[in-house]
Amino acid sequence: MNVLVFLIPVSVTLGLLGLGAFVWSLRAGQYDDPAGDQARALSDRYDDAPPPPRD
Amino acid sequence: MTAACPACAGVDPAEARADLSTVEPDAILHLPDIHCAACIAGVEDALMALPGVREARVNLTLRRVQVAAPGLPETALIDTLADAGFRAQRLGDAARDRQGAEAQALLTRIGVAGFAMMNVMLLSVAVWSGAAETTARLFHLVSAAIAVPATVYAARPFFVSALGALRGRRLNMDVPISLAIILALLASLAIAFGFSHEQGWFDAALALTFFLLVGRYLDQAGRRAARSAAAELAALEAPQARRLEAGEERIVAAETLVSGDLIRVRPGDRLPADGTITLGRSDMDRAALTGESAPETAGPGDAVRAGETCLTGMLTVRVDRAGRDTGLARLAELVATSESQRSRYAGIADRAARFYAPAVHLLGAAAFLGWFWATREGWHALDVAISVLVITCPCALGLAVPAVSTVSTSRLYRAGLLVKSRTALERLAEIDTVVFDKTGTLTTGVPVLTGSPDRAALSIAAGLAEGSSHPASRAIAEAARARGIAPAAIEDVTEIAGQGLEGRHEGRLWRLGRNGPEGREASVWLTSDDGDAHPFMLAEDLREDAAQAVATLRAQGYAIALLSGDAPGAVAHIAETLGIDTALARMTPEDKVAWVEARGAAGARVLMVGDGLNDTGCLAVAHAGIAPGSALDAARSAADVILLSGKLDGVPHALRTARTARARMKQNIALSGAYNIVSIPIALAGFATPFLAAIAMSTSSLTVTLNAMRRDP
Repeated sequence: MNVLVFLIPVSVTLGLLGLGAFVWSLRAGQYDDPAGDQARALSDRYDDAPPPPRD
Repeated sequence: MTAACPACAGVDPAEARADLSTVEPDAILHLPDIHCAACIAGVEDALMALPGVREARVNLTLRRVQVAAPGLPETALIDTLADAGFRAQRLGDAARDRQGAEAQALLTRIGVAGFAMMNVMLLSVAVWSGAAETTARLFHLVSAAIAVPATVYAARPFFVSALGALRGRRLNMDVPISLAIILALLASLAIAFGFSHEQGWFDAALALTFFLLVGRYLDQAGRRAARSAAAELAALEAPQARRLEAGEERIVAAETLVSGDLIRVRPGDRLPADGTITLGRSDMDRAALTGESAPETAGPGDAVRAGETCLTGMLTVRVDRAGRDTGLARLAELVATSESQRSRYAGIADRAARFYAPAVHLLGAAAFLGWFWATREGWHALDVAISVLVITCPCALGLAVPAVSTVSTSRLYRAGLLVKSRTALERLAEIDTVVFDKTGTLTTGVPVLTGSPDRAALSIAAGLAEGSSHPASRAIAEAARARGIAPAAIEDVTEIAGQGLEGRHEGRLWRLGRNGPEGREASVWLTSDDGDAHPFMLAEDLREDAAQAVATLRAQGYAIALLSGDAPGAVAHIAETLGIDTALARMTPEDKVAWVEARGAAGARVLMVGDGLNDTGCLAVAHAGIAPGSALDAARSAADVILLSGKLDGVPHALRTARTARARMKQNIALSGAYNIVSIPIALAGFATPFLAAIAMSTSSLTVTLNAMRRDP
C-alpha cells in the first residue's frame, strides 16, 4: 500500500489544478458573455492579422 | 429587447471588467437592437474609430457595450453609434452595481465544494468498500485535511446567515444546515483522530454544502435578473428636455429642470415636466394618463402634465413641477412602496421552510436523546443524530423551487416575456380573473382608416396630413400609402391646433378636421371652401392577436373584464368585437383600483394587464400585473411581467407557464418530502450509513433538477 504515498498527493494535486483552472476562467470573465463568444468564434474578422494595437 | 436573459444573468458588467484589464469602463451603454457577430463588429469598429476611445467591448448576452474613453461624454458615443445605425441608451447607475461580484464568489465556493466533495468521495469509496485499520485512518486524515478548510470556506454563507438568524432569535433554514455541517465535521474529526469508531461524514458534509450552494446560486440568479431588468427599464426612458436659455434651445436631462424654467416642446415630444403653456396651441395625447383615445386641445394658460404627448403644435411651457415632484414621479413612487408590500408574499419555498426548520431540530434532538437513553453510548447517539440531520437537510428542498423558477423564467424570456419579480410565477399561477385596459393594451393606441373613401379625396387629405403628427393625420397618410395613392401637392399647409389642417390645392382651399356638415357622423371631414365634403371613418386598431388571446383565456376558464377610461361607445365596440361581457367605460384610475380591490376582497385573484398611468394603481394592487413593453415606465415598474414582444398571446402563455411551474414546484417539494418520509425512519432506527446518505442526497437533488428541466407536455 506504499504506493498510496504518491498516489494521494498526485490525485489531490490534479484536482487542485482543475479547481485552479475553473477559478482562473471565472476570474478572467469567460462566462460573462456566452452569446457574444459564440458569435465571435465564427467571425473571420481577425483571421489574417490580429487587431492593430492601440496606444 | 433587453439584455439580461434570466438564464445567464449570473454575469454582470461589473465582473466583465477583467476584460478591460487596464482601465475601468467610463461608459456602459445599452444596445437594444444588436443580435449577431456583424453587429458586434459594427459597434466596436464605430467606437474604436472615434478619437479618444481606448477600448470598446460588446457584451452580446447583456446587450451592452463597455467603453473606456476617459473624458469623452456619453452623448458623443451615442451619437457616433447612431451615425453607424445602432440605437444606444445610457444605462442608469444601478447597472454599475457590483452585484456580480457576489455571484462570482458563490460560483468559486461551488467550485471548491465540488472539488473537495469529489476527492473525499473517492477516498470514502475505498473505506466503504472495505479498507480497514491504518489505511482507513490515513484516508480519514487525508479527507479531514481536504474537507475542513473546504467547508470552512465554502459553507461560510450558511454560517453567516445562521448566526444572523440566531442573533435575532429566529430559526431559518440555515440553522439546521450549519448544525448538520458542523456536527458532521466535528464527529468525523473525532473519528479521524481515533476517539470513535463510527463511520466518517466528511463526504456528506461536503455534498450538503455543494448541493445547497447550487440551490442558493440559482435563487440569487433569479433575483439578479429581476434587478437588472429594473435597471434596464430605467434606461429605456432617459427623458430629455429642450430648455430655453436666453432665447436659445439647449438639450438637458429632464431631471435638471427646475420650477420656472421655460421649455420648448415639439410635436411628437413627451412632456418632461408638469407646467403651464405660455405660448402655442396643440392637441395633447393624454391616453397614457387617462386612457382617453381622443386627443384634447390645449392653449396658453392650460396646465399640461408630464407623460402627455404633444401632437400638433410647438409649445413653450413654463415648468411648475419637475423631476421627483411631477405627478408622474409621485405616482411611480407610490407604486414602488405598494410593490414592496407585495414582496412580502410568501412563496411555496418560504412556507415549506417555516414548517421545516423547527421539525428538523426536534427530530435531531429526539434522535440523540432517544439513543443516548436507550444505549448510553454518546458517540453512537451522536452518529444517529448526525445521520438524521444530514438526511433531513433540505438539499432537494433548497433546489426544488429555485430550479423551477430559473428554468421557467428563462423559457419565458426566450418567448419575449420578462419576469421581474421573484414570486411572480407563483402569483400568476393563482390567477382566476384577467382584467384588461383598452387603449394601448388591447388596441395599439393608433387609429386606422376604415371603409373605402373616394381616391381623389384621400389623395388630397393625405397631402394635407403628410407633415402632421396627429394620430388621425398619420392614419390618413398611412392609408393612402397602403392603397398606393400618391399624396396631392398642397400649398400653404397650416396646422391649427384643435381645428385641423388647411391648405390650397388647384386653387381651392381644403380643410381636414373634425368639423363637417351637420347631421352626419364621421371621425374626420375633408371639406373645401366651395362646399365639397368627404367623410373619413377612423377606428382604433386592435392588436393583431388580441382576439386570439382573449378567446384562449376564456377557453381556459378565466373571467375577463375590460376597464377603460375611454368613452362608452369606443369601449362597447371593442368589448363586442372581442366578446368581453364585463366592460366598464369612463373609469378614473381610482375607480379602477376600487373595482380591482373589490374583486380581490371577494376572493378573486386578479391579473391586471395595462400600460397607462391610469392602470398603474391597478397593476400595483392586483394580485399580479402584466404590462406591454410599450407601456409608460411607471406602469412597467409596477408590473410583474413585461411583454417585450408586445404580443398579447404572451398573457395566456405566461399564465400557462406559471401554472406548469407551480405544479413542478409542488411536485419537487413532494418528491423531497417523499424521500424524507422513507429515509427519516431509517435514520432514526440507526441504519443510515454515510454511504446511504450520499446516494440518497445525490439522487433526490438530481431528481428535482431533472423534473424542473423537463419540457412542458
